[in-house]
Amino acid sequence: MLNFEYLRPSTVTEAGAMLGKMSEARPLAGGMTLIPAMKLRLAAPTALVDLAGVPELNGIKVDGKTVIVGAMTKHADVAASADVRRLIPALADLAGGIGDAQVRNKGTLGGSIANNDPAACYPAAVLALGATVTTNRRKIAADSFFTGMFETALEPGEIVTGVTFPVPAAAAYEKFRSPASRYALVGVFVAKTTGGVRVAVTGAATCVFRASAIESILAEKFSAEALASLRFPADGLNSDLHGDAQYRAQLVGVLTKRAVAKLS
Amino acid sequence: MNHPAGIEGAVTNPTGIGASMRRKEDMRFLMGRGNYVADIKLPDMTAGVFVRSPHAHARIVSIDKKAALAMPGVVDVLTGEDLKTDGVGGLPCAWPVVGKGGAPTKEPAHPAIAQGKVRYVGDAVAFVIAESLAQARNAAEAVVVEYDVLPAVVGVLDAIKPGAVAVFDDIPDNVCVDWELGDKHATEAAFKKAAHIARISLVNNRLVGNPMEPRAAIGAFDRSRGQHTLYTTSQFPHIVKLLMGNFVLNIPQHKLRVVSPDVGGGFGVKQFHYAEEAVVTWAAKRLGRPVKWVCDRSEGFISDAHGRDHVTEAEMALDENGKFLALKVSTIANMGGYLSTFGPNIPTNLYGPLLAGVYTTPAIYCEVKAVFTNTVPVDAYRGAGRPEATFVLERLVDVAASELGIDKAEIRRRNMIPSNAYPYQTPVMMEYDSGDPGGCLTKALANADWNGFPARKAASAAKGKLRGIGLCTYVEACGLAPSRIAIRLGVRGGLFESAAVRVHPTGQVTVLMGSHNHGQGHETTFAQIVSERLSIPAENIEIVFGDTDKVQFGLGTYGSRSLAVGGSALWKATDKVIAKGKKIAAHMLEAADTDIEFADGMFSVAGTDRAKSFAEVALSAHFPVDYPLEILEPGLEEQAFYDPVNFTFPCGAHIAEVEIDPETGVVELLSYVCVDDIGTVINPMIVDGQITGGVVQGVGQALYEDCVYDPESGQLLSGSFMDYCMPRADHVPKVSVETHITKCTHNPLGSKGCGELGTIGSPATVINAVVDALSHLGVNHIDMPASPHRVWRVINEAGGAARVAQ
Ligand SMILES: Cc1cc2nc3c(=O)[nH]c(=O)nc-3n(C[C@H](O)[C@H](O)[C@H](O)COP(=O)(O)OP(=O)(O)OC[C@H]3O[C@@H](n4cnc5c(N)ncnc54)[C@H](O)[C@@H]3O)c2cc1C
Repeated sequence: MLNFEYLRPSTVTEAGAMLGKMSEARPLAGGMTLIPAMKLRLAAPTALVDLAGVPELNGIKVDGKTVIVGAMTKHADVAASADVRRLIPALADLAGGIGDAQVRNKGTLGGSIANNDPAACYPAAVLALGATVTTNRRKIAADSFFTGMFETALEPGEIVTGVTFPVPAAAAYEKFRSPASRYALVGVFVAKTTGGVRVAVTGAATCVFRASAIESILAEKFSAEALASLRFPADGLNSDLHGDAQYRAQLVGVLTKRAVAKLS
Repeated sequence: MNHPAGIEGAVTNPTGIGASMRRKEDMRFLMGRGNYVADIKLPDMTAGVFVRSPHAHARIVSIDKKAALAMPGVVDVLTGEDLKTDGVGGLPCAWPVVGKGGAPTKEPAHPAIAQGKVRYVGDAVAFVIAESLAQARNAAEAVVVEYDVLPAVVGVLDAIKPGAVAVFDDIPDNVCVDWELGDKHATEAAFKKAAHIARISLVNNRLVGNPMEPRAAIGAFDRSRGQHTLYTTSQFPHIVKLLMGNFVLNIPQHKLRVVSPDVGGGFGVKQFHYAEEAVVTWAAKRLGRPVKWVCDRSEGFISDAHGRDHVTEAEMALDENGKFLALKVSTIANMGGYLSTFGPNIPTNLYGPLLAGVYTTPAIYCEVKAVFTNTVPVDAYRGAGRPEATFVLERLVDVAASELGIDKAEIRRRNMIPSNAYPYQTPVMMEYDSGDPGGCLTKALANADWNGFPARKAASAAKGKLRGIGLCTYVEACGLAPSRIAIRLGVRGGLFESAAVRVHPTGQVTVLMGSHNHGQGHETTFAQIVSERLSIPAENIEIVFGDTDKVQFGLGTYGSRSLAVGGSALWKATDKVIAKGKKIAAHMLEAADTDIEFADGMFSVAGTDRAKSFAEVALSAHFPVDYPLEILEPGLEEQAFYDPVNFTFPCGAHIAEVEIDPETGVVELLSYVCVDDIGTVINPMIVDGQITGGVVQGVGQALYEDCVYDPESGQLLSGSFMDYCMPRADHVPKVSVETHITKCTHNPLGSKGCGELGTIGSPATVINAVVDALSHLGVNHIDMPASPHRVWRVINEAGGAARVAQ
């Protein structure tokens, strides 16, 4: 790890100003990704702006037909939240299935989506639920937030403050854990939303994506049987030590069927 | 738990043999008060970081230290050329073997820092020393190494192809040694008469040991006395002292001290003399300051010796009744880019002789080619050779059973050595002293409810799951080792063990052991032996190990030897204490030595109530007022060396049940049953832990762990825990552990060893279960690890999940 400055703002405005001043400064959330990357010298920010002391970023609120989760809310808190359990149980399940106990008690929603790891779980929920990402500058729709591998619509110095999840009619997340890392080798989030059926797939490709072919089948008939003959195409899917593209395509099919079966 | 204690009668001493007392050492570990090498801070200590090769195979064109030396805090930058200038020798191989026709093992030079060429990703090219670790890291990035990158060879099959890249210019075929064992003609004759021949080709997957504590080493040099000290995470400090002092650094033995304090797991990974140990010791003298190196996890993946990595073809000849007539095994084993300390011994001496298993197969022939590749050196890893042999044999037995339509337990019974045939001489070197594998099998079948399996399989099928059951019977040779035999097999040293029992004037005892404790619970087990022998509570006994200035000599801990060999030395030392105590007591009680009995902590005159306690005798030995100084030395400290007359041969039967999800290929291990013959049990709780841990490690090999190199570039692809999958607690059910004891006939304890048998039996057991679950698809083998992806592919290729229902 290279030396860096450590800053601890207490408001979002202050944090934004600190990030604005130094081009190589980075926000620090749970540090589950950023700190190991710094230890391995894959990242070497000159300053860390620790968001842990910003109370307005933490917590879960229910507002009408939406659940708003602050960027600094830990996975364990989302998993344990009675509101989330009641309104979007699939989101609580997802958070409860991330990594291990240490990761869930440090890692945050904001850190997860800002990082946009191709195998992360939260991006699938944000995308499938048609959520809105709020930052210190604007609101960004899920469909335009995740732009590529470890890439998002965030601009330099922009801070995620929270995510607004519309409560779906029903939703389910099925994850196939990578045996070693326990990230999603493939994860499929299926949601019946006011805007129709949305299916988001993570882990399978370079970035979370919506499986529109599956969405159209389910829009017509929302049942596992409707997917019986589904052969998800392997083109463009990842191949690595833990599964080639064909295997990932198989998992997309199996997991989608299982998610839908849970909801039917 | 229902363990026979292995000793006669009930266990009455709560800290004696057979008692499940809690581990004495655990409190300091649980409270964070352990003292590991990384915890040690010496005055004026510097930090060292290795610059390691990013290439699998390259010529070093130049190394430019200038920029690094100019960095803040940098003390020195050392390279292979500096080693040469200082006349530092290469790392020795301690156990070469003799190949076909008497050909010696090829032992190419193994410099502690690469000279001229690098031979694997991770090979050290420079050592940067600075005031702080961060400064050393920064400077390491500033060392400019120019490489001429060469093509690399990674897999053993590629290494032996004609025209393959040569790892060493003067070994053009990459063959380190071509070794054989057994009677080739008898074996071939038996194959001619066979009614059936079962065949298998398999890979034994390469593994990374990953002890919880990474390796570390500190070199220190005391100028006033010209004395070197090395603190190192070693399983055998005395051997490091001998190998490094004598062969590498030319330090006389009386000027070198090696200390291995608390060590957080070894599994074999820490039983070699490593380059880093020599480099810090050498650098400390050059600088006149202590030098500390602590490996980080990523560095461990590319610098700890790896394990396994075999490719094997095997055939078994059977008669029409399923009797084994002969076995023929041909293996190619990976040695990596240099020979590690015991490299060539593992796939030969610790492998071939185990192919007899617990069976009466009359003819066996085995040939092994050990080959160099551009990968990390390969050496012993828990089980070392014996899991590989068991895997070949027990997979082949299952293949034969299914081809002949014989029940898998039945075919094993038909070929098993009967308990009354011991001692049993196998056709491949070993004479098993004792055992009852049939008894182990009977108990294991009952504990696993073997006969109830079809109903459980049907229940799984109703849920759309494929259920399989796997069985393995095994024998292992441990208690390394009878020196005379081992020296004939190539080892360059003895393999005995030492123990000293120091009785204090007040009757408490300090024990100095040549064995090394790094997680096995020795501080408890050895204390229990002394407690039993001397009738003093374990809390009054301290076990000291891991410091060559304290402990007389020792060969360390590996090959499940600590109890069978070290414990036997300790037994002998307590014999001597008791013998001397009797003489002292005889004087005190005015009786003849021969009339003194020692029992329950009292020396008494036989047939009388006249007695002296152990503490009184100890006091008399140190305050010899009324003491026969003319004929007896004062003091009460006795030392013993023990050289075993044979290996020990734990054996047993393991049974696993798995359930496979045909849609995803996930294998779930549902149950694991062991019944093992390990001889006398000192602490049943520790035995349970050792066997369970071993099983889990073997399950790791069978289902999860895989060390994968890119075949072209030689880059390690599974170089972190993000990709290298260790077994976790939620991967395994509670392992059912039971013992079925026959005592070792040739050591005083009757103990055989239990450290490795879990990893020896479990890969074959689990894979046999996986193959059983898939057998209806025509599958007769699957390579390890049986990962979800691999299992799904096998199912898919065999016709897909559609056929699951059958
Ligand atoms: C062993 C392990 C297993 C894991 N398994 C899973 C898994 O199964 N599923 C899964 O989804 N994830 C998994 N993760 C990832 C983890 O859950 C975290 O979500 C992830 O590490 C990022 O969150 P963090 O709070 O730790 O962010 P940090 O590491 O602190 O930051 C990550 C990145 O986001 C930036 N950042 C952080 N907060 C903000 C913000 N509010 N606005 C803008 N940028 C910000 C940082 O600057 C940095 O670039 C795993 C991680 C580990 C270490």
